[in-house]
Amino acid sequence: MNPRMAKAIINGLLIGGAVVALFPLLWMLSVSFMHPGEASALPPPLLPAHATWRNYEELFTRAGMGRYLLNSLAISGAITVLSLACNLMAGYAFAKLRFHGRERLFQGLLGMLVIPAQVAMLPLFLMLKYMGLVNSYAAVIVPAMATAFGIFLVRQYARSIPDELMEAARIDGAGELRIFTQIVLPLLKPIMVTLAIYTFLTAWNDFMWPLIALTGQEHYTLPIGLASLAREHAQDSELMMAGSVVTVIPVLALFLAMQRYYIEGLLLGSVKG
Amino acid sequence: MNAQRAAWWFLAPALLVLGVFFLLPVLAALGLSLTDYDLYALADIRHLRFVALGNYWDLLHQPKFWSALGHTFYFVLVGVPLSIMVSLGAALLLHSPLARCKPFFRTALFAPVVTTVAAVALVWRYIFNTKYGMANYVLGAVGIHPVDWLGDPHWAMPTIILFAVWKNFGYNMIIFLAGLQAIPGDLYEAARIDGASPLQQFRHITLPMLTPTLLMVSILTVSGYFQLFAEPYVMTEGGPLQSTTSVLYLMYNEGFRWWNFGTASAVAFLLFVIMFAFTALMLRVARRGAAA
Repeated sequence: MNPRMAKAIINGLLIGGAVVALFPLLWMLSVSFMHPGEASALPPPLLPAHATWRNYEELFTRAGMGRYLLNSLAISGAITVLSLACNLMAGYAFAKLRFHGRERLFQGLLGMLVIPAQVAMLPLFLMLKYMGLVNSYAAVIVPAMATAFGIFLVRQYARSIPDELMEAARIDGAGELRIFTQIVLPLLKPIMVTLAIYTFLTAWNDFMWPLIALTGQEHYTLPIGLASLAREHAQDSELMMAGSVVTVIPVLALFLAMQRYYIEGLLLGSVKG
Repeated sequence: MNAQRAAWWFLAPALLVLGVFFLLPVLAALGLSLTDYDLYALADIRHLRFVALGNYWDLLHQPKFWSALGHTFYFVLVGVPLSIMVSLGAALLLHSPLARCKPFFRTALFAPVVTTVAAVALVWRYIFNTKYGMANYVLGAVGIHPVDWLGDPHWAMPTIILFAVWKNFGYNMIIFLAGLQAIPGDLYEAARIDGASPLQQFRHITLPMLTPTLLMVSILTVSGYFQLFAEPYVMTEGGPLQSTTSVLYLMYNEGFRWWNFGTASAVAFLLFVIMFAFTALMLRVARRGAAA
């Protein structure tokens, strides 16, 4: 095959792939600006005849989308900050501090990666129910405050910090907490950013546990609120697309802005093998 | 001594959370699956009875468990190979020296991965709408009759598989791309000098060098696909005729709709055991393949 043809085929396939990947997202955006009923026509319209903000107004004034958006931001933000703190401390301890039973504890932690989270959900629900925490932000935030995967990621990264740095500080009389905050944390910044983006996206997109734990509308996150709206308004395609846009845009924007870190994290996480 | 104590202070928050909110519930799930915990027990714990393996025994005699398991296996056995092939294909295209605008294509192909399942599932539900959907319109243009994608029990699962492949392939694509970039270029150089065709190069260099990546990707993807839930919940509510009710959907219904926590826990544990066995089998086959 001549190189020019090969080049045309390869780039043609890439363009085709990109169209398939992006078309549903672009169409979602376009339909979200259509008037009610406009999208239920043949041929399916690609662009709105007269673009309107109506669906968004409807979502925020009547469907409670503003509340869901704030809930999602609060829950995902809290999970990101708290789990970052727990995972960073634990990951650092596993990598750099010597203590009895370290290896065995770490093996146990890796073993937990094998267990699907759903196994824990039923007793967790009962536990939170007896604690009076079902249908509260805490029900979603607290169980996500530490993850075996996050600890593993930090530990892999922190192992590259030279021991001499900490030893020198110890000889100078610095306490362990000070060593952690002033010497270790600045060195862990890249993995912090990666883990923060990864955690935020995961928390934002999470579906099953929030669906179970958040029983009242006032606590719904965007995905849960959207799924419940979709059951009421199955036919309002325009409204549903606007809801999808509101749900997807924040994470898509975050990803586009921080792409490099996210993809680095993905590769770091997958080397565990 | 001081360092030893400091270490435990650093570990305490994470271990506490994981212990109380993950490990303890997992053990409790095992216990719960041996009881008849239901709505009555929820109201008054004195109604709780120990039923040993009764829940498991009942489940294994119920068609609804086997059909949920069947649907899950359908999703895994068709969805995973398809997803991996698309990922590998996309990675090969992106890796080709002839490809232009690589950063753009990489981002475009990856974009669906970061989107929210619940939201984009709605978009797909609209695209695959029987009457007004784009899918049927395009097929109609080439003379194919409209398909009732999400309303026909034969088509609902394939539609969900297509959706899952679209949503997920970018993730493995990135991993494959890193794997491809790690293969030394002089291997291909040598093969070209020996007159190997691109297809032969792929079969005798790329594939063998990618085997470890392929195995890891397969294991991660299989365990992800076994946990099918949000897609059918949003797109089909498990229907039509229960044709997209997965094992996790069954667990959700048993547990959080009918409050049969004993049965639901048994479902969760059976899924865990099946996933574990499946993964072990894959590792074994891979090891035998490597030895041969």
